[in-house]
Amino acid sequence: MFRPSTRHNIPSSSSNPALEVKVNKRQSGVGSGSGPSGRYPYRLNFYERPPTLDITLEEFETFAIARLRVLSQIEALSHRSLPFAQLQSAITNYTKQHLLLSSNTARNVNLDEERRRDEIGHWVLRLSFCRSPDLRARFIRSEIALFRNRFETDDINERAQFLRSLEFDWQLVDEGEKSRYEKELRACMWEKKDDAFRAESWFKVPWFTVPDLVGSRRVFIRAGMAHVPQSLQISLVLQAFASRLEKALELTAKNLPRLDEDDRLGPVIDHLASSFLSGVASSDYQSPDSTTAQGIVTAEMVDDVARKHFPPCMRNLYGRLKGDHHLKHFGRLQLGLFLKGIGLPLDEAVVFWRRMYGSTMSDDKFNKEYKYNIRHSYGQEGKRSNYPPKSCQQILTQNQPGTQDAHGCPFRHFSPDNLSSFLTMTYPQIDKSSSEMRDILDSVKSTHYHVACTRVFELTHGIKKGEGLGDNESVAHPNKWTDRSRELEREVLEKIKSKEDDDTMMVDP
Amino acid sequence: MPIPVRDEPPSSPQVMNAFYRRLFPYRPFFLWLNQDQVPSKLFTHREFAFTLAGDVYLRYNSFHTSDEFKKELVRLNPSRFEIGPQYSARPRDRKTLAAGALQPQRRELVFDIDMTDYDEIRTCCTDKKICKRCWGYIAAAVKVLDHALRETFGFRHLLWVYSGRRGIHCWISDQSALDLNDDQRKSLVTFLEVIKGGKEQAKKVNVRGNKDEAELHPALTDALENLKMSFVKLVLHDQDCFGTERGWEALLAILPQDRELIGGLRRDWQSDPTRSSVEKWGDLQQAVASLKKGNQLLFRKFERAMQDVILQYTYPRIDAEVSKHRNHLLKAPFCVHPGTGRVCVPVNPDLVDDFDPETVPTVGDLLNELDKAAAEGGEGGSQRRAEEYDQTSLKPYVEMFEKHVAAVLRDSRGAKRAVKQESMDF
Repeated sequence: MFRPSTRHNIPSSSSNPALEVKVNKRQSGVGSGSGPSGRYPYRLNFYERPPTLDITLEEFETFAIARLRVLSQIEALSHRSLPFAQLQSAITNYTKQHLLLSSNTARNVNLDEERRRDEIGHWVLRLSFCRSPDLRARFIRSEIALFRNRFETDDINERAQFLRSLEFDWQLVDEGEKSRYEKELRACMWEKKDDAFRAESWFKVPWFTVPDLVGSRRVFIRAGMAHVPQSLQISLVLQAFASRLEKALELTAKNLPRLDEDDRLGPVIDHLASSFLSGVASSDYQSPDSTTAQGIVTAEMVDDVARKHFPPCMRNLYGRLKGDHHLKHFGRLQLGLFLKGIGLPLDEAVVFWRRMYGSTMSDDKFNKEYKYNIRHSYGQEGKRSNYPPKSCQQILTQNQPGTQDAHGCPFRHFSPDNLSSFLTMTYPQIDKSSSEMRDILDSVKSTHYHVACTRVFELTHGIKKGEGLGDNESVAHPNKWTDRSRELEREVLEKIKSKEDDDTMMVDP
Repeated sequence: MPIPVRDEPPSSPQVMNAFYRRLFPYRPFFLWLNQDQVPSKLFTHREFAFTLAGDVYLRYNSFHTSDEFKKELVRLNPSRFEIGPQYSARPRDRKTLAAGALQPQRRELVFDIDMTDYDEIRTCCTDKKICKRCWGYIAAAVKVLDHALRETFGFRHLLWVYSGRRGIHCWISDQSALDLNDDQRKSLVTFLEVIKGGKEQAKKVNVRGNKDEAELHPALTDALENLKMSFVKLVLHDQDCFGTERGWEALLAILPQDRELIGGLRRDWQSDPTRSSVEKWGDLQQAVASLKKGNQLLFRKFERAMQDVILQYTYPRIDAEVSKHRNHLLKAPFCVHPGTGRVCVPVNPDLVDDFDPETVPTVGDLLNELDKAAAEGGEGGSQRRAEEYDQTSLKPYVEMFEKHVAAVLRDSRGAKRAVKQESMDF
């Protein structure tokens, strides 16, 4: 795809548009004048045609790094579950600094140079992110967020022109159909006024091209066609962007091996992907010192630790397990990985689960059906990956509990009544009709589950409101709750011990 | 050749072996998966997983032809087997492939409804049992889901299959369904899924947005219309869900917590515990109607809540995980359920109300019928039929299946012709 300026030896192949290399004259617009040129008429770009111009190795790397920085920032931001508007403004601010892209009306800006940077960065990153499905998915997700941000901040006229240039074949819902399905279409609208309905127009597209709108039931669907109002057009555009990018990335992945012939690009590309991975992996929980500082937890100790240090979700699972001698799959997973995180080694875990199931299950059945899963979660079976304990984010959003399941987050998945009786039963420090309980339930109501959970931590550990897990940090991971709780206990013990030491010293002559 | 094994458990290895040799409808089964006469990737790259005696589980089997499949089935004699997706390569070759090269590609869209999810609202049976009465829940679910999949999503080739004990599966073979990726499947399931929440969540229907006061989505309004009938017949009359104190407390817990109205009802019902569910629902309707004049806001709130109650007690409770991922394995039609011995037969969704799980032929019944037919037919070897299942009560089910398969084939041939035409244009 890129021909480095020192003409080298990437064989060009016509069967492969994604990596095609053409020897082109430098475009006349580049580096001179302002105003949009033929290659970049719009600020927005679907990145359909690879750049066919000379690029220096240095540009190859620096443009890519600039874009990479933006993408990983976007990924980090989206993990923080900010409100939508706040997220958008954060992205806008960051891109302004690191990857500015101005609209056609901007003055004193070298539009072509900006857009060339943007384009080259995108295409280089395609090379480094195409190789695994996981990387592709993350790249697409971040690219979509970036595109969306630009789309929404774009000049309205320019955006309309850009959309026209893409020539989507969206079918317009005609007036007859509109009045025939008036009731249904209206039921799917937020705006209930008559004028709004009359002014709105709809596109008909196959439902599977707008999965996000289908999943949230925001469009009327009939005979497989989703009726998308103009106001939700962004979904259509993003979907088109994503699906084209996905296809292109797969194609690039297939053809990537040919690039190996150039030994100057390979290392750069590898490095880009790995720095993206290492930069974002830090949101996972790591229990570096669970075996050393906190000491090993044995099967016998679990009960004691549970009483003193388990967060509500784990208390609930553990209580259920003790009562029913059984947990469903995701419950076992959530509790099992958590226990691993607090330092329960594999052999102790086997003992623990065996004991918990008790006489409800024969040894044979346990060994055959459950032991494997325990070993698997410790990375001893299957693909042998050592799964980290689930974070609050995962518990809240993944694998929603079914009707018979006990896993999940009590703050999110219990009804308020059950939550408050669960809390008062589990934590005698919390009174059912106290203002603290009202606080907690209010946070739950406004879907700030981690705030509610942090409040429970403060109440049960005699900590001032707002301090959380120390330094105002709120509970974002069940294991962090437990770590901090044990740490606090140790501090107290040490204090007592040092006091005793003092006392004995005093007695000493 | 009589087989002297009739007194064994419903699906002993000998019985199963006879079933695979003599009764399993290989031809339509192959055509159904393959969607063509000549083996295509839909068959050759398809995963089959076998469960053998002693809980040995063999995954990633694949076969070149229908005959090879039959030979292996007879040889391994599994107690059940499951069907996965078409992969990017032959699953049996997976050890020779690069890591990650074996990716699921196409797969029928499948649904699984299981009676376990109804345990909290059925009063006749629990656990593994099922009877004609609790089948009513499944029947109501099938009707609503079938309607939604056809009318809303425009699918045409739906095969409903009894799962052999207490549930039902649906396989959708439309081209557009085969091509769906996991994201699209997930969004479709989220669209259809209404009942959400774990054990501790009393109200499991939350489909009206954040403030809980938006209108229902048209597809749900549709479903609700269909379900009103089932609710009265099934939940109020037949199951008498609000008969016991536990039952009516469950109802009161999911209504808006208005002290006066709820408290009044609770008092009335406690003082006369014999009131039937029908009467209690009537009490509730009356109490709510009396709000209409005084307190419009609260009236609307209750009205919506009562719609939600109907949904919570009758709307299909699908096992969402099954449908979301292409690589999820699902038990094949015409398998024998190892516990009951019943054959997993197709079910006509229009007649699902009349379907009685108790009358589904078991593998033992079928073999007996074969023996009897052989005895009656005597030595008439000359007029020996092509397929032995024609002589048993499996026949109507296979015919139903064949009809479905023929329709699938007609469409897939059409699709292929269209592709050919297009490639000719170049």
